[in-house]
Amino acid sequence: MRRTFPLVIAFIMGFVMMIQYFIPHPISQKFYKIMVQQWLIIISIFFYVFAWRSFGLYHINKIKRRKEGWWASVVAFVGVFFMLLAGFGDRIPGFGNFIVKYFNFDDLYNYMFAPLQATMFSLLAFFIASAAFRAFKARTLEATLLLVTATIVMLGRVPLGASLWKGLPEVVEWILMYPNMAAQRGIMIGVGLGMIATSLKIILGIERSYLGGD
Amino acid sequence: MGFWDRFLKIDRRWIFLVVWIAVVIPLIKPLGLPTHITPPVQKLYDFIDDLQGEEKAVLLSFDFDPSTMPELLPMGVAIIRHCFAKKIPIIVYGGLYPQGVGMAKMAIDMAKTDFPDIVYGRDYVFLGYVPGVSLVILSIGESIQGTFGNDYFGNRLDTLPLTMSVDNYEKIGIVVDLSGSSIPAAWINYAYQRYGCRIGCGTTAVSAAQYYPYLQTGQFVGMLGGLKGAAEYEELLERNGIPTGRREATIGMDAQSVVHLLIILLIILGNIGFFYVRRRERRV
Amino acid sequence: MHISTNPWVWIAAILTLAIYSFLYKDNPFYKFAEHLFMGLGIGYGAVILWYNSIIPRLWNPLAHGTSPSRFYLLIPVALGLLALSIFSRRYSWLIKYPLAFYMGAVTGFSVPVSFEAYIFEQAQGTILKHSMFSNPWLGISNIIMFIGVITTITYFYFSKHHKGLLGKSARVGIVYIMLAFGASFGYTVMARISLLIGRMQFLLHDWLGIIK
Repeated sequence: MRRTFPLVIAFIMGFVMMIQYFIPHPISQKFYKIMVQQWLIIISIFFYVFAWRSFGLYHINKIKRRKEGWWASVVAFVGVFFMLLAGFGDRIPGFGNFIVKYFNFDDLYNYMFAPLQATMFSLLAFFIASAAFRAFKARTLEATLLLVTATIVMLGRVPLGASLWKGLPEVVEWILMYPNMAAQRGIMIGVGLGMIATSLKIILGIERSYLGGD
Repeated sequence: MGFWDRFLKIDRRWIFLVVWIAVVIPLIKPLGLPTHITPPVQKLYDFIDDLQGEEKAVLLSFDFDPSTMPELLPMGVAIIRHCFAKKIPIIVYGGLYPQGVGMAKMAIDMAKTDFPDIVYGRDYVFLGYVPGVSLVILSIGESIQGTFGNDYFGNRLDTLPLTMSVDNYEKIGIVVDLSGSSIPAAWINYAYQRYGCRIGCGTTAVSAAQYYPYLQTGQFVGMLGGLKGAAEYEELLERNGIPTGRREATIGMDAQSVVHLLIILLIILGNIGFFYVRRRERRV
Repeated sequence: MHISTNPWVWIAAILTLAIYSFLYKDNPFYKFAEHLFMGLGIGYGAVILWYNSIIPRLWNPLAHGTSPSRFYLLIPVALGLLALSIFSRRYSWLIKYPLAFYMGAVTGFSVPVSFEAYIFEQAQGTILKHSMFSNPWLGISNIIMFIGVITTITYFYFSKHHKGLLGKSARVGIVYIMLAFGASFGYTVMARISLLIGRMQFLLHDWLGIIK
């Protein structure tokens, strides 16, 4: 019940959905439509509890054990509370208008969540500049080739490159469209074969890590 | 310790400061460098443009979150403006991630200010989030109404003129996917390969290089790569007399040029220092 | 200079500067902003899921629908509810059923389309056709492309030692891979800088009104 039956379910569903692709019969198409439009989407809604559980357990544990920086976990829960208040608070009798006016859902997203996330990732610009100075060394022929190509692409992909030499954007486009594309295609074919192999391993029950332990 | 030794060990915060200055100064004092249009962007623009009068809609999917907003949001705004100007029906889809919904809403609010005569429900519809990624892409191929039920605002899709006439990929001229991850490949796998729907892509510069095989096979109609791609699309709108608003991507390209020069200089200086120190150590 | 009077813009600017304070060194302002972001993200996802997915896909059909076949939806609901067993140590093994159902189905329909998208179409694009030689430079470029695809694939073939012809082919493949990685690196630098430019535009235009 715990190990074999789920693997049998995975095999049946995998096999059926795979061959369904080749069967145009109305029953096959109806089955596909029900699975894809209804059943699987509804099941995936419930999988969100995994993310919420992970988040909750980690921060509750940090607060309970008073680990260093536990106060920040309180801030995280405050953030959740404010967003839920903004999303559902308009239904609270007597406070609905206040919530809509001062805890507007769109404003919380536009002026708090979006700037925070955008700024966090913009920190990478500074780190890549620092890394460019410290780590990107032309130690070998291959590294030199990589750095020269990167330099050409960096220059050619900005208006300054075209101002320095009119033909530079075309050179960059050629590099991207031919040698780069060739290598990316080779990698893509390898990755594609790997993905198909992994999918078949999941269907056949050889790969079971997604089910966790017993 | 010689000059190069000290230089190579410089506190990285000085480098941060130099990068910050290199970004801020061109924003305050623009260089006004012209934008060069590349074939992948031109192809996407032309394909969307040719949909005018075809009674097929554009499905614009915002599959990104605010972490890639500076690159991808200007693309979304530009494409929405293009569709509004040419009266091409557009379904703005909040995307396969929940955070994309906010991005899509932001783009619509930014784009529609210059088009007071567009009507919600007839010229555009805004769809919210449904979990499932590949399932949603497949499900749209069967029925948009069956997939979403309501639009983002809670209106039933079978009451809106646009979604009453456009219910699956047969009536969608192109899906343009804006994403910083591998989601464009998922649209190709499921929407193009299974349903034959044409796909266009707006992607971050990080992912742009790896999507060229799809361009060559024609699986992608065209591609906007990074801030430069967004700037090129804005330029095409400008050249064709379509209101572009503030042209955020184009404004950023001058700063991009200066910082790229700075990064190249840092790489060169770092390598000079590295080889100088190594040669000196070998002599010793 | 037209400093914004919108309090929300000021909140966004202060949070932006709190994150940037990390560049000097890690500090409580950065930690505050970082954890606030985490919490807001979780809350936002929950609200969107409720209004855009749970209400129209589950609640409305079951509570307000009229078709008797709508009760078949209770089967995936029951499977989905098994996911909640993760909160119980004793019954958490029940989660394997919805996971197996979902993963089996998703991997099943991904296999045929992956073959088409990643293998057949890419192989088709690699095969040298007459139209690829419409002019000499295009012909040379496509031959370069063809050689590149073959040699890159041979580089990733690790079942045999890279000796002899395979070794030479792999060496050529490395050159193509380095060109591709160089292009990717150049693009990656561009991407990261773009993110910073976006934030600076917000601070200088939306907040301080220094730039137009």
